[in-house]
Order: sequence, then structure tokens, then C-alpha cells
Amino acid sequence: MPRLSYRKALTRALADEMTRDEAVFLLGEDIRVGASNVTPGLLKRFGPDRVRDTPLSEQAFTSFATGAALAGLRPVVEFQIPSLLFLVFEQIVNHAHKFPMMTGGQCAVPVTYLVPGSGSRTGWAGQHSDHPYSLFAHVGIVTVVPATPADAYGLLVSAIRHDDPVVVFAPAAALDVRDDVDFATLAPVPLGRGVVRRAGDDVTVVAVGHLVHDALAVAEELADQVSVEVFDPRTLYPFDLDALVDSVSRTGRLVVIDDSNRSCGIAAEIITSVLERVPLTAPPRRVTRPDGAVLPFAPVLDRAVQPGREQLAAAIQLTMKDRR
Amino acid sequence: MIDAVPARLYRTVRLIRRFEERAIALVRSGHIVGGIHPYLGQEGIAAGVCAALGEGDLVTGTHRGHGHVLAKGADPARMMAELCGRETGLNRGRGGSMHAADLSIGVLGANAIVGASPAILTGAVWAHRRRGNPVLGASFFGDGAVNEGMLLEAFNLAALWRVPVLLVCENNGYATTMPVAGAVAGTITGRAEAFGIPAVVVDGQDPEAVRQVTAAAVARMRDGGGPELVEARTYRFDAHHTFEHAVRLDYRTPQEVADGRSRDPVDIQGARLSPADREAIDAEVEATLDAAVAFALAGPEPDPAGALDHLYASGLTARGGS
Repeated sequence: MPRLSYRKALTRALADEMTRDEAVFLLGEDIRVGASNVTPGLLKRFGPDRVRDTPLSEQAFTSFATGAALAGLRPVVEFQIPSLLFLVFEQIVNHAHKFPMMTGGQCAVPVTYLVPGSGSRTGWAGQHSDHPYSLFAHVGIVTVVPATPADAYGLLVSAIRHDDPVVVFAPAAALDVRDDVDFATLAPVPLGRGVVRRAGDDVTVVAVGHLVHDALAVAEELADQVSVEVFDPRTLYPFDLDALVDSVSRTGRLVVIDDSNRSCGIAAEIITSVLERVPLTAPPRRVTRPDGAVLPFAPVLDRAVQPGREQLAAAIQLTMKDRR
Repeated sequence: MIDAVPARLYRTVRLIRRFEERAIALVRSGHIVGGIHPYLGQEGIAAGVCAALGEGDLVTGTHRGHGHVLAKGADPARMMAELCGRETGLNRGRGGSMHAADLSIGVLGANAIVGASPAILTGAVWAHRRRGNPVLGASFFGDGAVNEGMLLEAFNLAALWRVPVLLVCENNGYATTMPVAGAVAGTITGRAEAFGIPAVVVDGQDPEAVRQVTAAAVARMRDGGGPELVEARTYRFDAHHTFEHAVRLDYRTPQEVADGRSRDPVDIQGARLSPADREAIDAEVEATLDAAVAFALAGPEPDPAGALDHLYASGLTARGGS
């Protein structure tokens, strides 16, 4: 079976959607040469009207995309650096997201914001290493964080076809993941649907994005002590709460590992939403970045503030010891 | 015989003037909640610009946006209903004064974030043209917007990609209470010229002068030209916002206000009509607005159960708050 990398899955999704629908076009910095290595070859194939390289004017080109969407196109805006999302939060939230409601349903704003390389890239330091997906979930923008190549393909396709703004976070730590994939089976993955990556009986671990792979590794490591179910939400907003509640109803225990800062991070929302519906047999736990984290430069410091396997294993073991 | 253009321009400035005066009365009577940013004194700009645009062309307005929406041809009755928060409003009562929009006539919305809409309009015009629909755009913004970075980014993008948008700066002398002299280094036209965008200053109190400079720019843009800027010098006759009617802010002298109000676009344009024609149009405008206010106040308030309607165009439903 052929191997598909996460990054190539994104490229394939863009090319397939641009082929299928003339309204789809790309906008972003250095995309003509594919500096993020997601758009190489697309300029030659689709031309400069559909692969529009932009000046370093994030606010203007983000709102340009809003206008193009109002006029019936389906822009995909690439951001090379996750921290640029802070710069364009205004354009996305105040305009793209609010227009349908503020106009009383007169319009749709189908824009996809693609962030290839979100989170830490080790050594890229404070202004290139953020993972602000919880912010977008908070304001109610459809937010996806695919973990696997097939999901990267399927969720990006669904994002482009969706009639509202969608932010697609492609974690740097997942970009080089490769899977054996039958290309004929690549298909849209519905937004808002999670998936159980590993079945288990004792505890449900919710892992976001690249951390799904860490959670699966920890589950395997602990397999002789505890049966871990790994739940990959894939979409953070809207969240597939029914599927997670179904899992936790069986296991009775919940641990969330999430690359957000702790306060108001998506882990807090996930845990609260489950607790509103299901009694747990032990207190829930979360493994996250610290409060207010700014990723330091030195690799040991960078790793020290990211959630990781050791902390997850410890959290699972503590949860198994706890009783209400 | 009435000369069609002067009469139409007069009708528009008179309509906006009386619409605003009635809206202020409805603020005072409590029918419009939250107040408005009156366009009084600046009517000639929206009227002159929109008179030179085609039906399919697009506009974006500002928080002081009633004039832009009305001049592009929105129904005054549905506009007034919107200000009153009624289900029958242009935006079903979801937008209000600062977000009134009518996409069916090319009004992509009043927009309350200063300097934000030119980039949106640039994208919309570019996209329409890519789809084979050769529209133009006109984006209104105030002198306060010229110090917003995103506006200057939009200037660059529009010029770089030769997108035909008319950048209309309504320079009324104040960003809320901050005078231009205290806020703008260099000049407004100089900002445009730095990007290679042709820029001209026009008397914003004269609707016909505004129409003429716009018509010339529109002709160049239809002929393949890129963006142009018009700085329309004007004066805001009333408050920044109706809250000033209750809370006096000391930033303009009575003499300055009196001088500013002495050049009234309604009178300037009205003087170009015969007294009989002017009276006839005034009567017609009053009848339109009588009907508009009656329509607005008769409209139902939205059902609170629909407070999350239209949050998502995709049909996604959000969880409620309890």
C-alpha cells in the first residue's frame, strides 16, 4: 500500500478541491513556491489567479478573503506561522464569523484558514510556536486539528466545502506522520465527528492533534497495567460530545491531553462538558501547557512546557488510583 | 422640466437628512435603542458617490453609515425597521444602525470597525471580476481610519492587484473627538499617493462636485484603471453619537459648529432646483418617511427563540448558554 505523508495529504486535498470547484483559490505568503511545503506545484497547475502569493499584509489578505467569499468564491488562506492568527483574529472574528448573523442571514463566508505547522517546531521560540485552537473554539469558529494523513486530507476537504469559516490546524509535530493509505479510500471526513483510535475499558484519554500519536504510544506502554481508550475529537468546535460521552460512560474515567495553555484551554471545556452529562468514578485530569505559556527557545525549555508522554502516563496512573 | 441629475441628488440628500432627523427623534422616544451616529452634514458624499455608481456596483459603509445604505438604494422603511430592531428590518433586527446591510443591492454592510471594510470590498470586487462580473466598488471611511494599519494594507493590495475600488475618505475633521491635526501626520491624499493611487480633494458639502469627481474616477476604473482615492472635506453637523446629546463633550466651539453648518449640502443642492420642484421633492420625501416610520414601528420584534438564527450559514447549531 502506498505511504501518504500528512503534508502531502494537505497538498492533495487542495489540488483535488481546486480541480473539483473553480471557486476554490489559495491566498498566502510564499505559496507560489510552497515555503510551507504544502503548495508546491499548485501554481504551475492552477495559475496565479488561483494561487495568489501575497505581500506581508496578513490583515488585508485575510479580509480580502472575506470579501471574495461574500462574492461567491471559496478562499483557502495559508498562514506560515501559527502566531499570525493573533494578528488576524480581528479580521476572522469581527468580520468573517459575524457577517452571517449581523446581516440576518444575507450571506455566507466560506473561508478556510490553513495553518501548516501549528504548535512548537522546536527552536522557533516565542513568536512562532503557539497553538491557539482553543481561542477559535471559544469564539465559535469551526476548528479542526487532524492527527493523521487521511484525516488531514478528509478534514481539509470538508473545511473547504463548508459554508462557514473553518480553521485547520496542522500541528508541526504531525506534518511528517506517514501512513499506509489506499488513495482510493481518501474521502471527506465529516466536521464535528470524533473517532476512537484505540478501544479500552478503564480510562478514556482525549488527545488533540499530534498528541493522539503520543496517547497511542502511552496506551501501548501501559497496556499490561491499564486498558486505555484513546478518543481523537478531530474537530474541536463543534465537539462530538455524544461520542465522547459514550466512551466515558463505559470507562468512568477521563484524562485530556491538549497543547493549549491551561486556563480556558479546550481541555477545561471538554472535561466540564462531560461532567455535565456523566458521573465519573475518579476526578478527571488534564495535561496541558502551563498557564500563560510562552514557549522558550532552548530545546529543553521548549519541551518542558509542552504536554508529553511522561505527564500523560502519570496522569493516567493517578486517575486509576483515585476513587470518588 | 426637472433636470434629472440635480433633482435625484437633491432627493437623496434630503432623504438622508430627514431620515436622520427622524431617527434621532426615535432615539429620544426610546424606539431606537443604543443610539446612532448621525450622518447629518455629510449627506452630499454618499449621495454624490452613489449617483455615479451602477446598480451592480458594491459599497461598504461605516458606523456612521445610514447615508451610504440609503444612497445605494436601500428601502428606507426596512432600514428604519432595522434601526428599531424589528424582524422586518433589512437584517431582521440582527444588525442595527452600525451593521445595516442589503447585499441584494450591493451594500456589503455598514461596518463598525474603523478602517476594516476597504480590504473586504477589495476582495469582493476582485472576486466578482474573476467570475466575469465587471463590478466596481466604493468604500467609505472617515479621517480616523487613515491611521489604521489595515487600511494602508488594503491600499497596497488594491493598488498592487489593480482592483477598481474608489476609496472615499469622509474627512469631517474629527475621529470621535480627536481633531485631524492631532492625529494625522502627513496628508490623507499623500497616503494614497505613496501607493501610486491617484487622489483628489473635493468639497464634500457639494453633492454635484462629489458626483463629478466620482464619475470621472468611475470612468477610468471601468476603462481598466486601478483604485483611486477621493478625500471629501465635510463637517459633521451633529454629535459623534447621540449619547453626546446627553453628555456634552467639549471639543468643538459653538462658532466652529455654526461655521460648519453654514455650508449645508441640502441647501447647496436645493438651490439648483426651482422652489416648486424642491417643495415637491420635500413632500415626497416626507411621505416616504412617514410610511417608513409607520412600517418600522408596526413591525414585530424578533422572537427571542431565534436569537441564534443565522449564526452559521452552514446550518450548524450552537449550544445555548444554560
